[in-house]
Amino acid sequence: MTHQTGTIAPMRRRVVISGLGPVSCFGVGIDPLWTALLEGRSGMAPVRAFDAGGMLCRLGAEIPAGFSVRDFVPKTYRKATKVMARDIEIAVAAARAATLDANILTRGFCEDGQTPTYEGARIGCSIGAGLIAAEIPELSAAFVTATNDAGAFDYDKWGAEGINNLTPLWLLKYLPNMLACHVTIVHGAEGPSNTITCAEASGLLSVGESRAVIERSDAELCFSGSAESKISPLGYNRLECAKRLARTDPDADPTSFVRPFDPDAPGSIPGEGGGILLLEEREAARSRNARPYAEILGFGAGQSSIRGDARARSEGLTNAIERALEDAEVAPGEVDAIVPGAQGATEVDDAEAAALREVFADRLPNIPLITLTPNLGSTYAGAGGLALSVAALCLRHQTLPARLHAGRCPDDLDAGPAPTRDARLRRILVCTTALGGQNAAVLLTTPE
Amino acid sequence: MVAPGADNRRVVITGTGWVTPLGNDVESVWSKLLSGASAIAPLTRFPAQSFATNFGAEVRSFDLAHFLADTDLHTKSHLHVKFALAAAAQAWKQAGLGDVSRPGQTHAGFPDLNRKRVGIYLGSGEGTLDFENYARACIDSWRAESRTSDSVAWAHSTREHFDPEYEVEQEPNLAIAHLAEAFGVRGPAFNCMTACAASTQAVGEAYCMLRRGDADLMIVGGSHTMLHPLGMTGFIRLTAMSTRRDDPATASRPFDSTRDGFVMGEGAGILILERLDHARARGATPLCEVVGYGSSADAYRITDIQPDGLGAVESMREALMHAGIDPHKPDALGRPPVQYISAHGTGTKENDSIETRAVRGVFADQAPRIPFSSVKSMLGHLIQAAGAVELITCVQAIRTGFVPPTINLNHPDPVCDLDYVPNTARDLRDSGGVEIAMSNGFGFGGQNDTVLIRRFDPSR
Repeated sequence: MTHQTGTIAPMRRRVVISGLGPVSCFGVGIDPLWTALLEGRSGMAPVRAFDAGGMLCRLGAEIPAGFSVRDFVPKTYRKATKVMARDIEIAVAAARAATLDANILTRGFCEDGQTPTYEGARIGCSIGAGLIAAEIPELSAAFVTATNDAGAFDYDKWGAEGINNLTPLWLLKYLPNMLACHVTIVHGAEGPSNTITCAEASGLLSVGESRAVIERSDAELCFSGSAESKISPLGYNRLECAKRLARTDPDADPTSFVRPFDPDAPGSIPGEGGGILLLEEREAARSRNARPYAEILGFGAGQSSIRGDARARSEGLTNAIERALEDAEVAPGEVDAIVPGAQGATEVDDAEAAALREVFADRLPNIPLITLTPNLGSTYAGAGGLALSVAALCLRHQTLPARLHAGRCPDDLDAGPAPTRDARLRRILVCTTALGGQNAAVLLTTPE
Repeated sequence: MVAPGADNRRVVITGTGWVTPLGNDVESVWSKLLSGASAIAPLTRFPAQSFATNFGAEVRSFDLAHFLADTDLHTKSHLHVKFALAAAAQAWKQAGLGDVSRPGQTHAGFPDLNRKRVGIYLGSGEGTLDFENYARACIDSWRAESRTSDSVAWAHSTREHFDPEYEVEQEPNLAIAHLAEAFGVRGPAFNCMTACAASTQAVGEAYCMLRRGDADLMIVGGSHTMLHPLGMTGFIRLTAMSTRRDDPATASRPFDSTRDGFVMGEGAGILILERLDHARARGATPLCEVVGYGSSADAYRITDIQPDGLGAVESMREALMHAGIDPHKPDALGRPPVQYISAHGTGTKENDSIETRAVRGVFADQAPRIPFSSVKSMLGHLIQAAGAVELITCVQAIRTGFVPPTINLNHPDPVCDLDYVPNTARDLRDSGGVEIAMSNGFGFGGQNDTVLIRRFDPSR
């Protein structure tokens, strides 16, 4: 580790994104996602994973059937997939997809005579995660072995016997750090490893931190991003409690509910997924002839009050965006597009819009917003990894994907329906605000 | 010797706060730790009599109103969030930033504090499940004939019985949210969950952020309780906890040959970290300086530690290298290169022998000379809060010249052959006290983190 001391600011090592592993309602990897976005498709459909008939919201944007994490781990690791909750499966698949995209060989996938692209100690990992919901049938089957005569849960019976009906490794399936843990094991990433749990901001915060890890020479390569699935009874229940979800009328068009920044938006609809990006030190990437998607030019974070009006709740995001621009030495007028959280839940969107107005002022109406929730649903902790992946693809292809919107937008926000179009894109800002008041912003630019 | 750093690259600790099973303020907890007191007893939080592990270390006599005058915003907070608020209030006051226990002082403090430049980095745990209502919903929605859950029935039951506000408060980023409300924070805010390494990592990453210039001052640390039915269940099934039901007070036996697992504790440890130039400008008194941080992953197995402790070796080496300390050489006074190590020392067979091997691997011949104790013998294992609570132990060792003991260490284990400060605290003042202390945190899942702190020397 070569931490610098001294009064002169050291030359910063620069960090590029050289691989993308998005997982979304369109499947694993770049192609299904990018194609669907260009075609303006939405993944909203009635929930398959459980009977959502008791929920206000009965739609979701789920990963297509047929997804199996076993396809993304070495044969020797297939047994370990039994202790992976859905969130972990998403992260593990995304990490593998990212290494393939970046043409990076890691320990778990080396065949005889091959050596990994990077030494393990030089590979970091930071994966944002949510609180993973335990699978209800698994716990219920055990709980019912410990009930009293009235049919209620009985602690004495549970401690004495019922508890043994849970599999010994039960806890490990649900620890948030197990996303990163499995990825580090599969890929032999022995450098700094972290798990950020700040809801929707988790992915961007992870990428900001991974960039700092590479910048300060603690790693050359980092798996970074986020993953989550809230498509579960507990996930929907908590989101209902937080008053975030749309009540979905079964007769209405499933794509009509999510309307970012619409003052009359009915609420959000959960999706599942995430994205793992490979962050790489720029010179190291260059020396192996990698073709980066983007350079991470700036990062900022800030905390808002979780109470008060939209202005009060926007302070942290304003601070995050301003800090990211300052870090990148970029003026607000030099931003060509913005990927906001845009959940379609008015309380969040109002705060985001207030921050964007504060920072971009008169220029805001001319900056296209790339809104992903009408296509992908709200992916919570997974959103940051997905949003950064899409931003990187926009830079690569110099294209803005089609935008869905079934409602109305404020006049000063370029967020209404639009077809896929070419655009000159040098710098894209990705930003989000989280339930809990954390905010983060990342500024990407086309690589030199 | 490390080259002198500019004030804007140096990071000092200016405040500390403890909510622990041995008490809820730094001075009284410290004296209990030095006297070798145990906080471990049968659990009172829920009926745990029949559990294989029916004991733990609970925070007692805790009242948030004692620390924070304005508690209205925090009534639906989970217990660990209240612990974090109370520990942060102590740290905030010690740092000279204001006394939030007095009414009307919510956003009080150093008048020129730029709230956009004040951040938070916690390794806070998740909230506590509304277990009885959750279990009721699970039981009522179970369909025995098909061995499935009726999720519609589950939804109806939870909607009827859950308190929506309490449910939202479950999320692991809510401790930050409440701290931000209480202390007016608008700068960068992070929460990490790397299990038992989390709050060591939070301190280390915050240290890097301050050095990078991302903030001027940060509230850092951790807070957690898993003393609830599913928390205990999870660790009982992993057979990670002691089952010494007949003698809870001596059940936590780090490094002893009769150790049979860790003992669950709860609490919070919060520190104020700030860049030295910022501390100087507001006339704050540094308690210690943070001088090194190392982080690594075992990348080995989900259930086991790398047998040679290579990940732990790596995190310790990085922290030492960063601080410019040669682990093989005594210091200028002939003392070992580090004068105190706060062990991760959980009391599991595996951790304690591997951690011993790792410390030997790093310090070689100097290892047996270093006092290396585990306060988990007294406080239990505070899981995500452990690292920050134990770092404050290091701050106190530097400030006072005493190091706390590892209690219940009566049966030497041949594979644990270092100086664990058995049973009695040690007075190091005659040999110059503690100049440099190391705190280790190793998490289930393979994260390893080390933070090094040093006595503050304004002339360096």
